[in-house]
Amino acid sequence: MSLTHLQRLEAEAIHIFREVAATSSRPVMLYSIGKDSSVMLHLARKAFYPAKPPFPLLHVDTTWKFREMIAFRDQTVSDLGLELIVHVNLDGLEQNIGPFTHGSSIHTHVMKTLGLRQALDKYGFDAAFGGARRDEEKSRAKERIFSFRNAQHAWDPKNQRPEMWKTYNTRVAPGESIRIFPLSNWTELDIWQYILKEDIPIVPLYFADKRPIVERDGMMIMVDDERMQIAEGEKVEDRLVRFRTLGCYPLTAAIESSAATVPDIVREMLTARTSERQGRLIDKDEAGSMEKKKREGYF
Amino acid sequence: MAVLASSIATDTLQDYLAEQEEKPLLRFITCGSVDDGKSTLIGRLLYDTKLIFDDQLATLERDSARHGTAGEAIDFALLLDGLEAEREQGITIDVAYRYFATAERRFIVADSPGHEEYTRNMATGASTADLAVVLVDARQGILRQTRRHAFIASLLGIRHIVLAVNKIDLVGYDEAVFAEIAKEFRAFAGGLGFATIAPIPMSARHGDNVTANSAHMPWYTGETLLGHLETVPLAGQDLGRPFRLPVQLVTRPDQDFRGFAGQVASGRIAVGDDIIVAKSGRTSRVKAIVTADGDLPAASEGHAVTIVLEDEIDISRGDVLATPRDRPQLADQFMAHLVWFSAEPMMPGRSYILRTETDSMSATVTALKYQIDINSFSHEAAKSLHMNEIGVCNIATQSPVAFDSYKANRTTGNFVLIDRLTNATVGAGMIDHPLRRATNVQWQALDIDRNARAAMKHQKPAVLWLTGYSGAGKSTIANMLEKLLHASGRHTYMLDGDNVRHGLNRDLGFTPEDRVENIRRIAEVARLMTQAGLIVIVSAISPFRSERRMARDLFLDGEFIEVFVDTSLEECARRDPKGLYKKALAGDLENFTGISSPYEQPEAPEIHLKTAGREPGELATQIAEYLGKH
Repeated sequence: MSLTHLQRLEAEAIHIFREVAATSSRPVMLYSIGKDSSVMLHLARKAFYPAKPPFPLLHVDTTWKFREMIAFRDQTVSDLGLELIVHVNLDGLEQNIGPFTHGSSIHTHVMKTLGLRQALDKYGFDAAFGGARRDEEKSRAKERIFSFRNAQHAWDPKNQRPEMWKTYNTRVAPGESIRIFPLSNWTELDIWQYILKEDIPIVPLYFADKRPIVERDGMMIMVDDERMQIAEGEKVEDRLVRFRTLGCYPLTAAIESSAATVPDIVREMLTARTSERQGRLIDKDEAGSMEKKKREGYF
Repeated sequence: MAVLASSIATDTLQDYLAEQEEKPLLRFITCGSVDDGKSTLIGRLLYDTKLIFDDQLATLERDSARHGTAGEAIDFALLLDGLEAEREQGITIDVAYRYFATAERRFIVADSPGHEEYTRNMATGASTADLAVVLVDARQGILRQTRRHAFIASLLGIRHIVLAVNKIDLVGYDEAVFAEIAKEFRAFAGGLGFATIAPIPMSARHGDNVTANSAHMPWYTGETLLGHLETVPLAGQDLGRPFRLPVQLVTRPDQDFRGFAGQVASGRIAVGDDIIVAKSGRTSRVKAIVTADGDLPAASEGHAVTIVLEDEIDISRGDVLATPRDRPQLADQFMAHLVWFSAEPMMPGRSYILRTETDSMSATVTALKYQIDINSFSHEAAKSLHMNEIGVCNIATQSPVAFDSYKANRTTGNFVLIDRLTNATVGAGMIDHPLRRATNVQWQALDIDRNARAAMKHQKPAVLWLTGYSGAGKSTIANMLEKLLHASGRHTYMLDGDNVRHGLNRDLGFTPEDRVENIRRIAEVARLMTQAGLIVIVSAISPFRSERRMARDLFLDGEFIEVFVDTSLEECARRDPKGLYKKALAGDLENFTGISSPYEQPEAPEIHLKTAGREPGELATQIAEYLGKH
């Protein structure tokens, strides 16, 4: 009757969800529509069964997500009968902030980090679930499952609360908040195996298909709408690709792949020689850039 | 993961994954003193087991050139030290978690910091580990941190220890050096209760005895580190342990369903089994074990489930469902080992929030029995615990807690202490046993209650708590206030800080520890008096926010009225009615508030009396008017 590996991870996440629901006054789940969010949502539904998760989903929309992601989001919320809050940083929209015009760094800071901070303040959320995993990146590997943020939403990596056993300190003063990462101890492979085992719906962009691609700086960028300017010398080609990770479409590179099903993807994962954040342009700006963004309030 | 892939045929993917699922998990930490090579060792382990992706390797090579301390070679520590401050200073500040698997087992490794300053982070990693790899620099031998980490590992219930005698290449692969260190380690760690102690000579930088046997040490015929990690016997789950389920929340989606959600902490439960509710002693029977994947016939340690009972009984978060044949302890006083994390020392008498896995309440350390010297492991008398110190103490909680001893159950025997003001986690505790007096002294219910007593006096009880510097005018104002209230027919009593020190608190001095106890006693006496229906005026410097908060928490909402008598320190020193400032400024008086001991101003007092240019009578009237209105 000993738990298997995925059962152990599942039980740990369920325990975390329940602790937050029982102790915080206004929790929310950050829903970014990716595979990790899909797994997180699945776990949240399990944690409170037969009741529904006692918190809404929040999507901070940069307005540059793949169209298929938005369609998937709306379908999921309607199928499951969940409350979804969509927040867009209107100041950023007014200034026409975008990845092509302002670069990945400013775009992410204004539309994602500041947008998130606005939304958390606006609704007074004191606890927010995120789907980050420790195996994604070096500074994440250092972060607690219950990660404390001050009233300015800043993370202080040099002064994290001790996190002993599963005895979590969930107390915050007004204005402060906690980010909670129920998938902390999951690896990318665990996520895929769990999607396979539990048959969890995910955005079709994860599966290989012929898609219109432009090669730019060695990255394969998909042309998702007319806002993408095709420079001279560039050409749009239909290529068999899929995405290993999803974000804003101009900042997320595709990989060549013919993996069209979840078992195909798991098989591909088992032989992968690069990490998943390889395809994330925002991580490349400088070493330690993830930590910097997190200190500013990014997830 | 890539290392495993080549052997997979397409049609056997499901079988392969199922097999992976069943692999046992070993959680371990690396610890030891600064610069003993902990991060380097894990980096080497991941590198040799081919668990580093190409792009990560490229980044590592780039970073090694920039920050590295290994000359031209790859600096493996940079794989782990992910924080900017760590890379700049070349040290590890916080725990990094890494995940890897071999053909035999899965591993979660926590790379923990060596600096004494970051002991709390090492403890964080150790609290969930089964094994600790304690590194020693072969040139340095056993250091203070080696002993500290081995001791904390044993205290937190880690069963297995590996003594990694690292940098053996720098002492010419000398067997005698290794033997000497191993002998010294066994001499003190032998008494710490580990199930296995395995000394291994190695060089993390060059990979000797990490994953492959070293060609440089023919004299060593034991296992490599990885070999040992793959084979050390794990204490599988003992399902014979008594059933425990700490209740996380009550699930009530509609009128017909009421379930108790939690993760089984130990043992096994099946439908039809009898259970007992630890706090109330009520019993019932398990009707269903509900999960989103369907009802289960039984659940065991680690399962996250929702339990439905046959009977409607009152159970809430913080309670524990248990087997009636072997119940948890229930007490409001117990003895525990305590590790202190905060720069602010632990003071007996101060009120903290005590948090078990699902329960939370006010608690105080009633006695610090002794502190443990981490070099000699001897017991030493102490008045307070400072950061990174370990002690044994008695703890009293405001309401009874259900628990087991930590030795019997790591999940139901642990707790953390939280600072009431900053909400910081300031300490972690491992419960030893309940205190006898707690089980024998019961709360006596009284028929005449506070309301009845207050009604007879035609008044609402209250405590007016005057705080401020010595010489601020507290006693003068309090005296006038009492005369005003008395004249209007109120039943009052005045507790003056100085007067109380002549009797009840005669045994207390002015150290921070004694000040805390002084305020605790005054607050408890004031509480008894409000229960007698009185309006109590307290006049005491009460310099610490934490104790004023503790006092406030003893009373009903609105009953505690904090009055900040705000006279500047300069003005108090000028008045100096008792000549104390003169003495303190001359250095003849220790621990004098404002001069040699801090005063923490109230942040949101009910009444803020700015005394400058106002008469005591006017100020007393202001308080009386507030009382009239509320």
